[in-house]
Amino acid sequence: MIKIKPEIPQIKLSAWRSFLLLSLLVLGLVSLAGRAAYLQGMHNNFLQQKGELRYSRVIEMNADRGMITDRNGQILAISSPIASVYADPKVVKITPEQLKQLSGLLETNMAEIDDRIKRENSRFVYLKRQVVPDTAEKIMKLKIPGIYLSSESKRYYPESEFAAHVLGFTDINDEGQEGVERGWQEILAGELGSRRVIKDNKGRIIEDIENIRTPKPGQDLVLSIDRRIQYRAHVELKDAVKSNKAKAGSVVVLDAQTGEILALTNLPAYNPNRRSTINNERIRNRALIDTFEPGSTLKPFTVAIAMEVGKVNADTIMQTAPGTLQVGRKTIRDVSNKGELTVAQVIQQSSNVGTAKIALSLESQTMWEMFNRSGFGMLTNSGFPGEASGILRPYNKWRTIEQATMSYGHGISTSLMQLARAYTIFASGGELKPISLLKQTMPVMGQRVISRDTALAMSRMLEMATKPGGTAPLAQISGYRVAGKTGTAHKLIDGQYANKRYISTFVGYAPASNPRLIIAVMIDEPSAGKYFGGAVAAPVFNKVMSGALRIMNIPPDAPANNVVTFTATPEMDEEG
Amino acid sequence: MFKLNIFFIFVLIACALGVVTSQHTARKLFMALENEKGIERKLEVEWGRLQLEQSTLIMHGRIEQIAKENLNMTAPAASSIQIVSISNAEDRLSPKGLVP
Repeated sequence: MIKIKPEIPQIKLSAWRSFLLLSLLVLGLVSLAGRAAYLQGMHNNFLQQKGELRYSRVIEMNADRGMITDRNGQILAISSPIASVYADPKVVKITPEQLKQLSGLLETNMAEIDDRIKRENSRFVYLKRQVVPDTAEKIMKLKIPGIYLSSESKRYYPESEFAAHVLGFTDINDEGQEGVERGWQEILAGELGSRRVIKDNKGRIIEDIENIRTPKPGQDLVLSIDRRIQYRAHVELKDAVKSNKAKAGSVVVLDAQTGEILALTNLPAYNPNRRSTINNERIRNRALIDTFEPGSTLKPFTVAIAMEVGKVNADTIMQTAPGTLQVGRKTIRDVSNKGELTVAQVIQQSSNVGTAKIALSLESQTMWEMFNRSGFGMLTNSGFPGEASGILRPYNKWRTIEQATMSYGHGISTSLMQLARAYTIFASGGELKPISLLKQTMPVMGQRVISRDTALAMSRMLEMATKPGGTAPLAQISGYRVAGKTGTAHKLIDGQYANKRYISTFVGYAPASNPRLIIAVMIDEPSAGKYFGGAVAAPVFNKVMSGALRIMNIPPDAPANNVVTFTATPEMDEEG
Repeated sequence: MFKLNIFFIFVLIACALGVVTSQHTARKLFMALENEKGIERKLEVEWGRLQLEQSTLIMHGRIEQIAKENLNMTAPAASSIQIVSISNAEDRLSPKGLVP
């Protein structure tokens, strides 16, 4: 074999080619270095952010709504976590079998669910809000892709309808809609917080980067309400409204010494746990937002100011014969001709003529000032939304007849709460106490309206109303001295006094020797035959008061056999 | 000079490993903390639920009904209540209790 040495031809490459290659390589290197410098140096922040996005997440932090408790710390409203089921229609993959199970668990029909999860242009759709935790767990066990839970909270009211008007309720987004829930929304509601965290590939939080907003849980609220008295008041009111076939009714219980609202209830009521029972009629917190002409329950204020300025004293004789009084073209009437009465008897027997005569001896300004300082025509500042102020017209526009009728509670309007508050004057020795729905820890300062002597004298007269010759025998409580005043007024409908439609009221307090509780009762349109305040409202007062006195362990101030049976002096307010 | 540099490189590597280990430990501890927080939250929910349950059980109406129907209790009439004032009670208090 002959090896032939291949001849390698000498190729001469021109120099520029190697130079070109070299410069291309250098150029590439420079551009890479430049790009690297640009990314590392100038674009750094943006890239780091993008990087973080891959593993850092912002997490919402829930803040619970505060609890509402009564004065003894018992729960009246509490939030409990609950789940809502939602779907991401773009992700959902569901088999017919799963759909069937899901519809069973959600108690929603299949077509509806199917419809919702097929909303192409949406990425978030609620399937059902507020599902109980057990069901939520079962739904998660179905492991349907694209169906998730979000945690929310639901408000529970263990007292259901018994404290409905006090508490109000929240809507599905946890916003207070009525009552305390609305009035104190800002205190009760928490503030959601959020924070940025790093999650690992299994979705566990492994590092806290920053707190964007610290969550602020809502504050708890301690009301002045006593749950037991509230219950008693509601039950007795319910009984009375039913047996009197009344349209509506309200009861307010105040602590006579501190002005705290111990109970406040209205009928018709609703159950805040079941939204379907809520309607406009039932939602009305009548004791605060409805005003009415108070009728005879206003008489003590007229008499008190007359005594205060020295026009009369308890034993001054008033001539009420012949049972009518002509003022201008109008006639003021009593139920019967009662002849000569002392001022105390005018209150005891609720004489319109007597009261009107006393009123006409007063300056209109004096009388107006008394009503005004007793809080009529002014908001009670209880903190409730939508509270009514009632109407007290300016005295320079009063006609004589108006001054006369106003003395026994016509031509003036008030809410039951205002009326109850005004009676703190007689129960506390002459001071108007501010009312409060929150528990008071400090002694409250009242505003002096009349002297202590006048207040005590009025208190004795009010006590006589529950004794023989008075209008309210049914208000008597075994073992306690009771003071109070009945009221029966024609209802004012569209500016006219409606025939045979009445509002029966009773406002009273006990024990009369050292008043602790004030209770005001209003029954709207009793239509089972009886309509006098002493026959309709006083029994409610009696039952609620005796229950509350026992609950609060208030010692009796009278022998147990103090109740006497007698027929009530009939009283009826006529329009002027 | 070269030896010193090598030494520093090893120190640097040691420090870097230290950082990684402590970061890992921190994350582990943090996870444990999150876990405990989750338990705390669950317990809070449970506490709320129990409070709600208690509140429902001690409803005045329920107690009244049980007292009346199951236990045959009634509220005593005022005539059957005897009030003992404190000064009286102290006089009559003997080591054996109230002496009639």
